Amino acid sequence: MSKRELSRRGVLKTGALGGAGLALPTIFTASSAAAFTNEPTGGTVTLGFNVPQTGPYADEGADELRAYQLAVEHLNGGGDGGMMNTFSSKTLQGNGILGKKVEFVTGDTQTKSDAARASAKSMIEKDGAVMITGGSSSGVAIAVQGLCQEAGVIFMAGLTHSNDTTGKDKKANGFRHFFNGFMSGAALAPVLKNLYGTDRTAYHLTADYTWGWTQEESIAAATEALGWNTINKVRTPLAATDFSSYIAPVLNSGADVLVLNHYGGNMVNSLTNAVQFGLRDKVVNGKNFEIVVPLYSRLMAKGAGANVKGIHGSTNWHWSLQDEGSKAFVRSFGTKYGFPPSQAAHTVYCQTLLYADAVARAGSFNPCAVAEALEGFEFDGLGNGHTLYRAEDHQCFKDVLVVRGKENPTSEFDLLEVVEVTPAAQVTYAPDHPMFAGGTLGSCNPGA
Amino acid sequence: MFGLDTKDTRSLIIVAILVVLAPFILNPFPAASAMAQFNAGYPDLMQKFVIFGIFAIGFNILFGLTGYLSFGHAAFLGVGSYSCVWMFKLLGYNVIPGILLSVVISGIFALAIGYVSLRRSGIYFSILTLAFAQMSFSLAYSVLSNPKFNLTNGETGLQVYANDPQWFHRDSLPDLPHLFGLSMRATHKLEIGAWEFQLNVGYYLCALVMLGCFYLAIRIFRSPFGLMLRAVKSNQQRMNYTGLNTRPYTLAAFVISGMYAGLAGGLLSAVDPLAGAERMQWTASGEVVLMTILGGAGTLIGPVLGAGFIKYFENIFSKINDHVLHSWFAFLPDGIEDFVVFLIHPFIGKGWHLTLGILFMLVVIFLPGGLVEGGQRIGNWVRGRKRRKSKTATKTEPAE
Amino acid sequence: MDAFLLQILNGLDKGSAYALIALGLTLIFGTLGVVNFAHGALFMIGAFCAVTLQRLFSLSFETIDPSQKDFLGNPLKVKTPYLESWLGPDAGGAIIDWSVPLAILFAIPIMITIGFVMERGLIKHFYKRPHADQILVTFGLAIVLQEIVKYFYGANPIQTPAPDALNGVANVGAMIGMDIVYPVWRIVYFFFSVLIIGGIFAFLQFTTFGMVVRAGMADRETVGLLGINIDRRFTIMFGIAAAVAGLAGVMYTPINPPNYHMGMDFLVLSFVVVVVGGMGSLPGAVLAGFLLGILESFASTTWATTTLPGINQIIIYVVAILVLLTRPRGLMGLKGVMED
Repeated sequence: MSKRELSRRGVLKTGALGGAGLALPTIFTASSAAAFTNEPTGGTVTLGFNVPQTGPYADEGADELRAYQLAVEHLNGGGDGGMMNTFSSKTLQGNGILGKKVEFVTGDTQTKSDAARASAKSMIEKDGAVMITGGSSSGVAIAVQGLCQEAGVIFMAGLTHSNDTTGKDKKANGFRHFFNGFMSGAALAPVLKNLYGTDRTAYHLTADYTWGWTQEESIAAATEALGWNTINKVRTPLAATDFSSYIAPVLNSGADVLVLNHYGGNMVNSLTNAVQFGLRDKVVNGKNFEIVVPLYSRLMAKGAGANVKGIHGSTNWHWSLQDEGSKAFVRSFGTKYGFPPSQAAHTVYCQTLLYADAVARAGSFNPCAVAEALEGFEFDGLGNGHTLYRAEDHQCFKDVLVVRGKENPTSEFDLLEVVEVTPAAQVTYAPDHPMFAGGTLGSCNPGA
Repeated sequence: MFGLDTKDTRSLIIVAILVVLAPFILNPFPAASAMAQFNAGYPDLMQKFVIFGIFAIGFNILFGLTGYLSFGHAAFLGVGSYSCVWMFKLLGYNVIPGILLSVVISGIFALAIGYVSLRRSGIYFSILTLAFAQMSFSLAYSVLSNPKFNLTNGETGLQVYANDPQWFHRDSLPDLPHLFGLSMRATHKLEIGAWEFQLNVGYYLCALVMLGCFYLAIRIFRSPFGLMLRAVKSNQQRMNYTGLNTRPYTLAAFVISGMYAGLAGGLLSAVDPLAGAERMQWTASGEVVLMTILGGAGTLIGPVLGAGFIKYFENIFSKINDHVLHSWFAFLPDGIEDFVVFLIHPFIGKGWHLTLGILFMLVVIFLPGGLVEGGQRIGNWVRGRKRRKSKTATKTEPAE
Repeated sequence: MDAFLLQILNGLDKGSAYALIALGLTLIFGTLGVVNFAHGALFMIGAFCAVTLQRLFSLSFETIDPSQKDFLGNPLKVKTPYLESWLGPDAGGAIIDWSVPLAILFAIPIMITIGFVMERGLIKHFYKRPHADQILVTFGLAIVLQEIVKYFYGANPIQTPAPDALNGVANVGAMIGMDIVYPVWRIVYFFFSVLIIGGIFAFLQFTTFGMVVRAGMADRETVGLLGINIDRRFTIMFGIAAAVAGLAGVMYTPINPPNYHMGMDFLVLSFVVVVVGGMGSLPGAVLAGFLLGILESFASTTWATTTLPGINQIIIYVVAILVLLTRPRGLMGLKGVMED
């Protein structure tokens, strides 16, 4: 440290700078005339679509974006209207939302909570988005939901399956249409009982993070209630790509059912490895060995190819459903893009319509008014039958599909077949169920 | 001034002016114009610029001076973030204890890892630091978030819950990180004509800290200690032969740069109170290496430029979609418009990684000294042209 | 005992992929002194050679089948591969079925070409630059390569099955009177990697070309002074290393369906393998590859994870730290390589 002489001028300058630094904060008191964050004042309203565009879930993100664009088109009166025609609420006119033309901004979550929050913040701070929606993993959904609560905008969750999103981490400004781990378990259990009986020994392989754990807990509880025995629960690292060293011990464990609590690339690889090791052709305790994948998605089933044949799981929605809503959605999506929509596309399309409808019914974009309109809202015609947006935890309660990998697919999209539609009543749980306890909704935050 | 020579004082003042005026400089386009897409003057991105600037400045103290290439610096960033959020959970939302603790804890962490890793050099050192960081990431993501001993909250990220103690929290204080009552989120929107500028408290706090860090870095670079570190870089063996033990010096540099990273992590939590484990992943460590080298390793201002460059791409280019492209090129005839959009399409939105990768390669291939070298070359070129001009002017005179 | 042998077998199988990738990395590093972060991307491109060949083989024409409906209710378009209509369903189907092994022939020229282009076009200019620059430029290249693949093939994994005949399981323990069932293709992969590794070592050990290369690795300047064009030989070695990575990728596709970021998943791991083995040592890389494979396999047993929770996630790094602290240059590293 060579030069340390302090001149009188230097001290004065430093003092002045420091003073200015101290004086700064008093200038910047938040002053805003708006009643809530990003109140749309012009002839347009901006929605923020925050989906993974890079990273392993990029294809799901791309499908979500397609559905969002379709929803915006329909809201603005373009296209054939899709599910707006079958939706039980008829407040949407096809003239935007409350007469304001819908515009949107997109961002990349990279499936990382930091990047997702940064992207959502830029939508709120820079683009003036009044609602954020999207996400393709629970970590990201929960992180962005928390941000929206703090910032005072509505968050309409996309694909997030963890119990925590509307359980431990629920927020007053956040809403979920997608189903969750508990519902998967509740829907699968009776089907598994019919198919495989009550005397089974299950072996769980679980992705070692929050979603995996809640999923494992839900499925184990549901199957143990049937009389099944859980012999082992093995945690696999999220970064694992090769599951052979986890599958090999299953062979001699005495288990006759393997439950794969994996999603995305993990699920594709663990299922591929399990089939490689001949588990599907194995006979244990005089019973056929079975594999169960609690959360299915068609995009992932495609990655697993022929390995999914005959393997059961649950899903939120599938394009082969024959109700009017699903048919209308598949028609308008398929005509525009040339292939059927995925469940991720479906859930985000519904979320966008539900938000727009709630705004129209509330007559305001104020998050508190919107939340009030969504709470306890009952609707039909969006492909899942009669649905309730429960006020206590902002979770949708609707039918859950149990699906099976198709033995003889007729096209590259025709990979799953619906085995059973489990009615909503059977997957409904109390808001204070132990698996969902620990969090509070808080009160809605309109921001500014 | 401040014990610096004229050149360093000038660069410090330039940085200070740039940082203070950033909300205006980064928002050159009117809010309603089509070019507003390229505006970067909103609080979150400006905060990221200065915070990652701090991270990169700190990394440069280790890498730029000693030449030790650490591939695990993200671990210190993550540890800093977690410490800060824990302070929020236990004490309350005032950012001061959180930031202080994040520096202390990451310093201790860096001391432990550095003590072990610095026993090796070259790529062996890099892999040791990488191994420690990856271990920290894996443990934080899963094992340390089990319900019995939840230190990190795993995938969801550590955050403040309503039932946390928050001993010093009072109802009069904001329910978000604040500096003695002044919320980090408080933003003053300044509308001047068609322009809108956002002056954000969190940003100015981070900016102030960054100026302090920058000043400290200059002092370190110019000190005998800095000279010693440079000597380590040029020839460690010779230093050892002269009977000097270089380990304490490199360890000190490692700890200092670890503390810089921890400070950056703490500030990240201070402006946004959620700490995710991805911050510690090797790609995050790689990112700071990229920032430093891209900007110009061993230079003072380079790392800051590199950090800004990468964060700008991540946040601005990823948000351009086909819809936006069509609105830009709407003035073209339909067929040509579609063609232009088709040409640009692979490089924006979901293709921003591709653009970034290509730019990396171009910078590294053509500007070995990073962006700083690019700036110097442009400077030289401009000066050279002036000189040539004056030369030609003087040459032509006699002829007339 | 059965379970123990099964884990050993599994470790060898996992290790063979590590060893192959680490071998290529070390070849490049040992010959050219370049730290190649794009090596994982070469592995990935190899895998996508198999995907591409499979797609080429199954290029199809569409016929309309009015008896079935597609998802929009229009008559279903049934796809029939050209190969099947030209050669008959049996022969054509068999070719499609064997596309992964056939992709080896397809991948070798492609990978060698890519290797040559990479070395001559880019890496050549980085010999004299610092390692950090090499890392950055090859890392940038890796990103560009994987984004290009993503643009054409999407982000989701693509199922590329092994031929039916090699798809099942075999009881490898039968001859020693034990019951050890293991997938046939994984055993094929193991022997394939042993073959490649053996081939590379034999090539370096028993041919004149290999001898010159080894001499060049030891002292590049002297070999150059002897009037031997060592650069050209090193370029060829780069091509070979790229081909090794590519073949490792081709054969890996039936084990786990390839996606565009599979290279990045292996990159960090393969660097750890190389360093544990010792920079610049080919036997070290192979040894470390198999060793870490086996350790990883054992760390993921229930016994290990209940004794030390999370050990399966960090075992590789723990081993790396322990090895580097006790053996400064890795298991078989050479003095003075990459220590500055």
